[in-house]
Amino acid sequence: MARTPAELAGANPGASFEITMDGRPVPALPGQSVAAALWSAGILAWRTTRTTGRPRGAFCGIGQCYDCLATINGEPNRRACLVPASPGDAITTQEGHGHARIGV
Amino acid sequence: MLSRRSSDVIVVGAGVVGAACAYYASRAGLSVTVVDRGPVAGGTTGAGEGNLLVSDKEHGPELDLALLSTGLWQELAELLPPQIEFEPKGGLVVAADETAMRALRDFAAGQRTAGVRADEIPADRLRELEPHLTPGLAGGFHYPQDAQVMPALAAAHLLRAGGDRVCLRLGEEVTGLLTTADGAVRGVRTAVGEVSAPYVVNAAGTWGGDFARLAGVALPVLPRRGFVLVTEPLPRVVRRKVYAADYVADVASGSAALQTSAVVEGTAAGPVLIGASRERVGFDRTLSTEVLRRLAAQATALFPVLAGVRAMRTYVGFRPYLPDHLPAIGPDPRVPGLLHACGHEGAGIGLAPATGLLIARSLSGAEPPLDPGPFHPARFDAEAAV
Repeated sequence: MARTPAELAGANPGASFEITMDGRPVPALPGQSVAAALWSAGILAWRTTRTTGRPRGAFCGIGQCYDCLATINGEPNRRACLVPASPGDAITTQEGHGHARIGV
Repeated sequence: MLSRRSSDVIVVGAGVVGAACAYYASRAGLSVTVVDRGPVAGGTTGAGEGNLLVSDKEHGPELDLALLSTGLWQELAELLPPQIEFEPKGGLVVAADETAMRALRDFAAGQRTAGVRADEIPADRLRELEPHLTPGLAGGFHYPQDAQVMPALAAAHLLRAGGDRVCLRLGEEVTGLLTTADGAVRGVRTAVGEVSAPYVVNAAGTWGGDFARLAGVALPVLPRRGFVLVTEPLPRVVRRKVYAADYVADVASGSAALQTSAVVEGTAAGPVLIGASRERVGFDRTLSTEVLRRLAAQATALFPVLAGVRAMRTYVGFRPYLPDHLPAIGPDPRVPGLLHACGHEGAGIGLAPATGLLIARSLSGAEPPLDPGPFHPARFDAEAAV
């Protein structure tokens, strides 16, 4: 059986907690990024591109490529790979720029 | 040294003004070599917002040039590919109080006599035009002739539209002007060799004074620094180019000190561009957080919605400033064969086609499309002599 990254690193994280992805509960560990928590739950895409609506998720995973943008607690364009998950965080699929409500 | 028998005209500078000179000269049947030490649009063209404005110009020669250019840009927009992002979106100038509104009214009255369309917008109608504008403004003026292009792409496509008659030499710095025994132009020397032509056009923008010096003449072009703040991509939140009335006074000012006024506009690509700052600090590219702070504060005062979006980046550029705020366009009587097309300050994108057309007409000996007198490149010598 494949070993988990936590085993490989000899990590001993605290108790898991819950965040949500489009309302669906997702478990997260203390210190885990939002992107890591979503990946662990098998969720690979949480944004669509502005022009053609194609799916996007984590690419570089280290804050450089801005592909993993997500709407976190209502705030669009957060880099999911850098934001540590906090109990109760509500992640929602971001459509395009994520600012549709201010369009005129 | 290499010597190239090149073309009828050499244009020094591959910014939008050089591109327009090359384009209109090629249309007139001339062959053109464009030489630039950097890439296309590597100087001030690539650091602008792409404004094609009549609204900020008072009644006078620059406005006449802008109006001519407005028509030419419309023709070019039909001809060039959509990638130049030509948007005839109009401008909206807003006044904070009645005093500013009266000044705008007088300003617009003068502009109308030159053929500018300026429609007064009462305070209660401002938000029909721009729903996110802050409440409490005194009113404004709508200028439907104002437009925008993506300046770097516009320059590149103008050069391409010149076709086989336009030859580009990029990354090749001009190091001297070649003249005949009797002082007439016969080409330029570059870091690579010599390029020959009987006419040389100085379209070196903010560095136009340096090139003039190489040619042995004085042209007092100075850099006037400006920063632009760029937001994350947004849906259309600002429909037009919207700016505060004090911008007009800042543009017209000759002060070297820092001036900022709110200028806000959306782009086809999504980000909102926030300007405008002016200061004469030489070619210092150091990031000024004070300027950015003022730009952000003024923009969010005008459009409170912007307080909730991120600024992603900033860029800086140097407007080519001449002391009377008019460009230098036309033949230089001091050096036969030398022409200037520079010093357009912050209006170079807008004024490029009319400038190119003036230069092309001059080169081919045709009637100028308007009186080039006010743009005479040796006018500063004359002033010094008085």
